[in-house]
Amino acid sequence: MIGAIAAWFSHLNDTTGINFTIFYDPFDASRFLQGFWLTLALSGVTILGSVAVGVIGAWGQGSPFMSLRAIVRVYVELFRNTPPLVQIYFFYFGLSALLPAGHNAFGMRQPLIGGFAWACVSLILFAGSFNVEIFRSGIEAIPVATTEAAESLGYTRLQTYRYIVLPLALRICLPALTNNLVNLVKTTTLAYAIAVPEMLYVSNQIWSESENVPEMMVVLFVIYIALVGVLVAAMHSWERALRVPGLGR
Amino acid sequence: MNDALLVMEDVHKSFGGVEVIKGVSLSVAKGEVACIIGPSGSGKSTLIRCINALVPIERGSIRVDGIEVNDPKLDRLKLRRHVGMVFQQYNLFAHRTALQNVMMAPLHVLKRPRAEVEANARALLQKVRLAGKENAYPGELSGGQQQRVAIARALAMQPDLMLFDEVTAALDPETVGEVLVTIRQLAEEGMTCLLVTHEMGFAREVGNHIYFTDGGVIVEHGSPREFFSNPRDSRTKAFLSQIL
Amino acid sequence: MSRLMPVILHNRAPAPAITLRAWHGLALGGLVLLSGAAADAATGAAANTGVFMTLARWTPLLLEGFALNILISCLAMAIGTALGIALGLGLISLFAPLRHASWAVMQFFRNAPWLVLLFFMILLLPYHLHIGPLAFALPDWLKAVIGLALPVMANVAEILRGGVQAMPAGQWEAGASLGFTRAQQLWLIILPQAFRQMLPPWMNLYAILTTSTTLASIVGVNDVVTRAGQVLAAEGGRTDLLAPIYGYVLLMFFIYTYPVAWGTRRLEQRVRVRR
Repeated sequence: MIGAIAAWFSHLNDTTGINFTIFYDPFDASRFLQGFWLTLALSGVTILGSVAVGVIGAWGQGSPFMSLRAIVRVYVELFRNTPPLVQIYFFYFGLSALLPAGHNAFGMRQPLIGGFAWACVSLILFAGSFNVEIFRSGIEAIPVATTEAAESLGYTRLQTYRYIVLPLALRICLPALTNNLVNLVKTTTLAYAIAVPEMLYVSNQIWSESENVPEMMVVLFVIYIALVGVLVAAMHSWERALRVPGLGR
Repeated sequence: MNDALLVMEDVHKSFGGVEVIKGVSLSVAKGEVACIIGPSGSGKSTLIRCINALVPIERGSIRVDGIEVNDPKLDRLKLRRHVGMVFQQYNLFAHRTALQNVMMAPLHVLKRPRAEVEANARALLQKVRLAGKENAYPGELSGGQQQRVAIARALAMQPDLMLFDEVTAALDPETVGEVLVTIRQLAEEGMTCLLVTHEMGFAREVGNHIYFTDGGVIVEHGSPREFFSNPRDSRTKAFLSQIL
Repeated sequence: MSRLMPVILHNRAPAPAITLRAWHGLALGGLVLLSGAAADAATGAAANTGVFMTLARWTPLLLEGFALNILISCLAMAIGTALGIALGLGLISLFAPLRHASWAVMQFFRNAPWLVLLFFMILLLPYHLHIGPLAFALPDWLKAVIGLALPVMANVAEILRGGVQAMPAGQWEAGASLGFTRAQQLWLIILPQAFRQMLPPWMNLYAILTTSTTLASIVGVNDVVTRAGQVLAAEGGRTDLLAPIYGYVLLMFFIYTYPVAWGTRRLEQRVRVRR
């Protein structure tokens, strides 16, 4: 079957000049597939990481210690009001130059943490800062009376957060969270700038060699829109699973 | 003379698969004050919205001053010049002052000259006893004051029939009185009014004809004296015993 | 009881959000200082090749690049908003084919990565544009403006649709019962009131757009990030300059964007209170 698809696209190229090399050229196909997996990996890791950061940060914002609240506030404002691209550069070029490094086989300086890892760190912190705000607005939408009731039942602050506040806040802020995670998937393309071979980077290589920019663009658009569609569908089904009758009326 | 201004014949309306109005017929004569009462969910609000074509009906006929509402070629603007409506939530335009709220429709819809419209608007606000509040925004007015502005706004179009959809239900008890006084004044001046209301005292004193709806049909109707002292149907009796 | 006391005392009022501007600027400035100091200490640099002197020397060049970022953001916002209003009106249209087509356009530009759209514009738009007898050159930064205006258009359309949707049905009913046509209801009643609600997300979009203008550097536009790279090259690829110079660029964006974010939050509170 794959052979038939390959043959069809090859035929398409011969007759019309519409050149989808990734479908019939084995080298292009394999590296594009690797790029696709890397994009998926980036998306998955950063989604999980940024949600974790959001949950922890939102808890920190409610802390009775002013220094902890200040740290979270500074972190959020810093990462929300600066360009994610420059954040990536700062981490990948700036910070890794300051960290100790080893040497690779050629004797060149080899940082211990590679591009993929730095991209993940940077994107997790970037999206995490938005998530902290999103969770904070969800938490603030919970009536004080609810948390008062929890405290009067003897819950500690952590227990209140874990069993009462977080479940309610999550349901309230799910649409905004979905929006932010969609943006995160789109932002993984920034890893291109530090030569992480994700989908856009690989596509660039392919269209530079085969001169089929429009075709690769079409493929990229279709795949990203499909990825976003899958994510949105997953979030919506999670929202439905979490739905509590009468909440949010 | 006393011919019917509003005639509803066998009106049916469904939402989704559920029929909420199951064959309602009534008629309101010119100058008459008709009150519709009944438990919530009986279709009263839907019924009143059918009259000025806010909600289309499936079957039946509604004629306002000769204009057939259930006509696919209905001229909505013409109909709505004859019918004014006041809502439970007042629905004033929050970004305009009281005076501007009253002026907007005659200006933009009827395209009357500005000076004339403004003079009429001021007179109307004076009539509902809100002279001095012309430049106040709805957010600065109390519920009762807002509702009176809403009444003035509907009157600005010089309708023949006024519809009131539970206009006092959202008000504090202290302000209910001022709105009812305004409506009573209108009625005494000869305006034809159709009210959906819970105010039994008002219905008894000012109403000419009471309709009781339940489950999408008119169960019973009559003059206030007969209705309140001698209800015939058991559902009517049950409802009246609950609220009186 | 003693275990509960701090909990009860804490919960008398929600923890206040920190909004001191000075703290954050200080923190970011501190970041630059720290990385600069670390770099200086690591290399034992002499005074006049020190990090701060270098940054100060190159500041005019960097600010020129930053000005281009601002220009791109303003133009893209203006064009995107104008197009977005039109698209938004299409989204709420009662004419189904228009509504569906608008929805498809909006979904496409909202779900496509901004960087891919930029590549698309840079690579596929021509170098010269011929409109009738006029021919003018399309520089890279202008292509970037167009590339960024498209997602802005999609987001503005969604903001408009959301704002109109959030208006209570009673406003439409009141307008209809007074005889207004749908167009009149939209322009005279609904949109003026929805506008206040739409302003905070619109301003938030501008903040996001401003930080996204740096994407243009990847496609070769000579903005502040590209210039930072040029400065690094001119200084001979010093590793001690890496963190400070990118920290410096971050600081520039922070100083410009934070007031926008702060103003948006204030506006949001006022809109909430009035309702």
